[in-house]
Amino acid sequence: MSEKKVSNVTQITKGIVRENPVLRLVLGTCPTLAVSTSAVAALGMGAAATIVLICSNIVISALRKVIPDKVRIPAFITIIAGFVTMVQMLVKAFVPAIDESLGIYLPLIVVNCIILGRAEAFACKNPVLASACDGLGMGIGFTAALFLMGCIREFLGAGAIFGIDIYSTVIDPVLIFILPPGGFFVFGILIALVNKISAKKGLPVASGTGCSACPCRSTCAQAKLENDTMEVTADGCTVKEVDGQ
Amino acid sequence: MTGYLAIFLTAILTENFVLAKFLGICPFLGVSKKVNTAVGMSAAVIFVMALATAVTYPINKYLLESNGLGYLQTIVFILVIAALVQLVEIVLKKFMRPLYNSLGVYLPLITTNCAVLGVVLLNIEKGYTFAESMVNSVGAGVGFLVAMVMFAGVRQRLENCDIPEMFKGLPITLVAACLVSLSFLGFGGMVEAIFA
Repeated sequence: MSEKKVSNVTQITKGIVRENPVLRLVLGTCPTLAVSTSAVAALGMGAAATIVLICSNIVISALRKVIPDKVRIPAFITIIAGFVTMVQMLVKAFVPAIDESLGIYLPLIVVNCIILGRAEAFACKNPVLASACDGLGMGIGFTAALFLMGCIREFLGAGAIFGIDIYSTVIDPVLIFILPPGGFFVFGILIALVNKISAKKGLPVASGTGCSACPCRSTCAQAKLENDTMEVTADGCTVKEVDGQ
Repeated sequence: MTGYLAIFLTAILTENFVLAKFLGICPFLGVSKKVNTAVGMSAAVIFVMALATAVTYPINKYLLESNGLGYLQTIVFILVIAALVQLVEIVLKKFMRPLYNSLGVYLPLITTNCAVLGVVLLNIEKGYTFAESMVNSVGAGVGFLVAMVMFAGVRQRLENCDIPEMFKGLPITLVAACLVSLSFLGFGGMVEAIFA
């Protein structure tokens, strides 16, 4: 029993640091870049995605023996979309300010690859409790990464944190950080730092884009395509070398 | 007419789906290594976006909204788009082989692309008519194409650069995307100025 408890705790903690979905596995980049303009929006998005992730993980794990293997992806998407709709309605009813700041990114949680990825990689193979813990851990990891980016961008771009002004009356904040280019920039720098730390600790470095780390890569066409283009580029290089000789 | 042109140009330049709205980042970072794959992927995105809008607009207007089922949008649209893409793939494979050969590989990975669901939801959020929705969808797709092709060019030049170890791979790609996005920021206000 105690062993099982330990394993469930590790299920939670692994998602936060070692397998952080955003910074280590590079999944769910679209919402990460889009809603990290302020700390509050980042927390709202993180919370919404975490709830969907836990609920969908529980249901998918409970139904894992019922859902036929061939139609599992459409079934997962339907389950996820159902929970997203619920969360969307709750957010609209109780925190309309968050709904306003998240806009279309709230319904777009449906196509967030972290959620489908966890369903495919974990929930459809593991018992309910472990899946719930996995969902919680991944959700917290996602929220933490979003929150970190939100704080950095809000602090540098608006001179505030949680909407509380810090220095914008003294020095003009660098507006670009809350505009789209700032999202790409901060995310790039964060990934570079995480790569440096992982390299120092001897952990594998997140290479390429999300797909090479994505748990669905064996079934997903985009990952295959990425690999194909890589081979083509590799071939292109060898051709070049031959030409040079 | 100018209204349509304004929507079209806004979708391409000032509100570029990838560089300003962050939709479809995965294919943008993943499939933009070579210009020709970038073009193929974008062509498939334009095709699916236009088709998805043409199908979901009547569904939303005559089935969901008229029956007060607007809250089912998310779940209905994602399933409709997924089924549609599968259907298109089968039809193209059977009847239009040349088109299938050039777009076929890209079709399955568009199903869960947030740009397609995003454009459909945005059309409804902005309250566009059918014609405006179609223009906006094609514009969004063309904007995706422009961003992908430009970025593929930038990335091909990055391949030969001496990049610091910690920035190799994804980080430098993101920083490059930041600069491309910055250049698109320059279009801000341009469309409004033209059609003012």
